[in-house]
Amino acid sequence: MDDLIIAGEKFSSRLIMGTGGAPSLEVLDQALAASGTEMTTVAMRRLDPDARGSVLDLLRRRDIEVLPNTAGCFTAGEAVLTARLAREALGTPWVKLEVIADERTLLPDPIETFDAAERLVADGFVVLPYIGDDPALARRLEQAGCAAVMPLGAPIGSGLGIRNPHNIELIVEAASVPVILDAGIGTASDAALAMELGCDAVLLATAVTRAQRPDLMATAMREAVTAGRLARQAGRIPRRRYAEASSPMTP
Amino acid sequence: MIVMINGTAHEVIDGTTVAQAVSTLTAATTGVAVAVNDEVVTRSAWETTALSDSDRVEVLTAVQGG
Repeated sequence: MDDLIIAGEKFSSRLIMGTGGAPSLEVLDQALAASGTEMTTVAMRRLDPDARGSVLDLLRRRDIEVLPNTAGCFTAGEAVLTARLAREALGTPWVKLEVIADERTLLPDPIETFDAAERLVADGFVVLPYIGDDPALARRLEQAGCAAVMPLGAPIGSGLGIRNPHNIELIVEAASVPVILDAGIGTASDAALAMELGCDAVLLATAVTRAQRPDLMATAMREAVTAGRLARQAGRIPRRRYAEASSPMTP
Repeated sequence: MIVMINGTAHEVIDGTTVAQAVSTLTAATTGVAVAVNDEVVTRSAWETTALSDSDRVEVLTAVQGG
């Protein structure tokens, strides 16, 4: 499979993992190893002196790049501060920008997200914004200097797959930066579809961490992303209403 | 004076620094970031930044999520 390049950095895996939802660090560790991921996203929270083990140590041991996110932020101001704290704590200017509109849907707030993206780009961040499947917003964020766009397939943790494949295709067609399908993936066929639609990578967490067997699902996702990418590059046959014989009809 | 450290009120002596506030929670100095009243205080300034009464100190680290 060809390399994924984001902001000049090369990745041979096109599966970016999240860390939410894992029942333990041990389960997460096994799942990350099986997924083959080279970049994994983490949240920033108040330090808990009683916490056992650290997700950072785990990522360091596995030599997986850390992508801090701004999960839990509802305003541009909160997201900008969280990104700056992440840069300070983790020494990376990369950020998965996530500004949520409300707790029931966890859908991204486009206005706050755009505002935060402009401020973070101006501050030297490599910004990967999580957005709805909105081609116009994706284009505006690219113009604002974002290093990638991350449209959702369906709401976070819903496992509903890709609800509007047409919009994902429109985003892909217009984008000059990588398109990373983020959120909504339920099973391997969803991840393969994202890649077949032309996405450059897939980001998922819950589909793996809350599967009955996370390590096995991580392997499935790894192979689905590879299969989808290869199918995209191979160029699928056109859909037809009627049969087309693949061998001569006359003896 | 009273300062808030991760949402909990602490009675501290005048002149308490950011570094001392962090040390109430952890001995770690990497993988941790601090904001005082919503402004980041870089690691290199922890020792020299004194807190004032009612300051809100947030000490963050990376956790599973997102």
